[in-house]
Amino acid sequence: MDLRLEKVSHHYGATEVLRDITLDVPSGKIVCIVGPSGCGKSTLLRMLGGLERPDQGQVLQVGAPPAGCLNPLTFIFQDFALLPWRSVRGNVSLVLEDHPLDRAARGAIIDDVLSRTKLAEFGDALPKQLSGGMKQRVAIARALAVNPAVMLMDEPLSALDSQTRELLMDDLVSLWTRAPFGAVYVTHNLAEAVRLGHRIVVLSRRPGQVREVVSIDMPLEDRRNGLAELETQQKILWDMMREEAMAADAELVDV
Amino acid sequence: MSDPARPVPFRGGGFVARQRRGMGLLVFVLLIAFAEWGTRTGFISALTLPRPSDVLLTFKELYDTGMLFKHLIPSLTRLVVGASIGAGLGIALGVLIALFSLVRAGLVPLVAAIFPIPKIALLPLFVIWFGIDEASKYALIAFGTFTPTVVATYAAVDNVDRTLIRMGQSFGLSWQSIVRKIVLPGAMPGILSGLRISLTIAIILLVAAEMLGAEFGIGAYILQAGSLYDLERLFAGVVILSVLGVLVSAGIAAVERRVLRWRV
Repeated sequence: MDLRLEKVSHHYGATEVLRDITLDVPSGKIVCIVGPSGCGKSTLLRMLGGLERPDQGQVLQVGAPPAGCLNPLTFIFQDFALLPWRSVRGNVSLVLEDHPLDRAARGAIIDDVLSRTKLAEFGDALPKQLSGGMKQRVAIARALAVNPAVMLMDEPLSALDSQTRELLMDDLVSLWTRAPFGAVYVTHNLAEAVRLGHRIVVLSRRPGQVREVVSIDMPLEDRRNGLAELETQQKILWDMMREEAMAADAELVDV
Repeated sequence: MSDPARPVPFRGGGFVARQRRGMGLLVFVLLIAFAEWGTRTGFISALTLPRPSDVLLTFKELYDTGMLFKHLIPSLTRLVVGASIGAGLGIALGVLIALFSLVRAGLVPLVAAIFPIPKIALLPLFVIWFGIDEASKYALIAFGTFTPTVVATYAAVDNVDRTLIRMGQSFGLSWQSIVRKIVLPGAMPGILSGLRISLTIAIILLVAAEMLGAEFGIGAYILQAGSLYDLERLFAGVVILSVLGVLVSAGIAAVERRVLRWRV
């Protein structure tokens, strides 16, 4: 299943946040969206996931979601969005409870996703007992449980320290190589974008427009932190964004 | 030449609530001991304050004659029935107000209008509506617990983390699931702290209702003692109320510990 944005524009009151965005998200590929702060990246992602309606233009699903997919468009949030009163298993179970699955089937899915995210031993822990990295792994497990066609990740690693971020990036890459999923990955961190993106979309500052789409052909599993090619890509992206970022930083926020 | 080394003065600490066991008990014991000492030495005259040991004796007599339960059981029944009705309806309406803008727009002004009415002033009305018997007392207590519960509940639901609700929607959870599994548990801390206040109000209204027309009940007992200036019995009744208040508070604390284990 592909996702397509057609000529999407959006305003918040008098502020124009997105202007005429057309974009394709092919299935099984990770598309990173980068841009200066306040350029409407997260708004764009919420529109892709049907949590917000664009003023103009439309968001389209192309083709049917694969069989066994419980929730085609699934979010991973920056602040994890775990229910603090439910255990790790309970949090994963939450998103399965509205589907007609018997207890055994649900248990099997939970066991599977927890072992894929290396959380098998922590099933009964409460979120308050977990580190930030573990919390985000629970959120990833929860997203995997509904077998999404496209994962919508809103700065999923931004609340974590840089070491944890490295580890989680490796986890995401190995999850993807074992079972490729389509994803839209919003970030302001260019290092994450060049590590995880098959395609990187650079947005301009507000009102957000597509400035450039960069494709990186190197397979995800070959990419490493500090690899020369990636560093070059990152520098190219940064040169592209630098002025936008400076201008965006100097703007007054009037939201 | 090297300057002399001094330790950096400590400026942190304080401003943190720490658990001090037995402190609350100690304050009670000291106050009672002071009253006992004062009344025995004549420093406090017997007309000002009854001697704590005499109050205790009165209490024992109340227990021995079986009158304690004759007063306590109707009071507790009224409290439990009235407060359950009031708190139950209050939580239900509070949730409705928080979830539906139409209900909110229609009922918040009404709740604000009936909140400041001293409910005891409406007792005659309740007597006309529900009769002189138990029903009017239930109604009074229920009405008194209802308003603060409504306000606490809708404020608590308003404070539930919106990102959790968005999360529920993004996973395609049904409306009922979101309310039952995300909104209600998330509002629980606020609802429980609201109940602390409304149940205390229920105790106050219980006594007021019983003073106005009841043969048995702690309020009736206190009223009788008061009209005879029998301070020992008056205080025995007051002590029962205080203990009731402490028990309600401890009960809610116990529920909080169980239900809110997940809180940081």
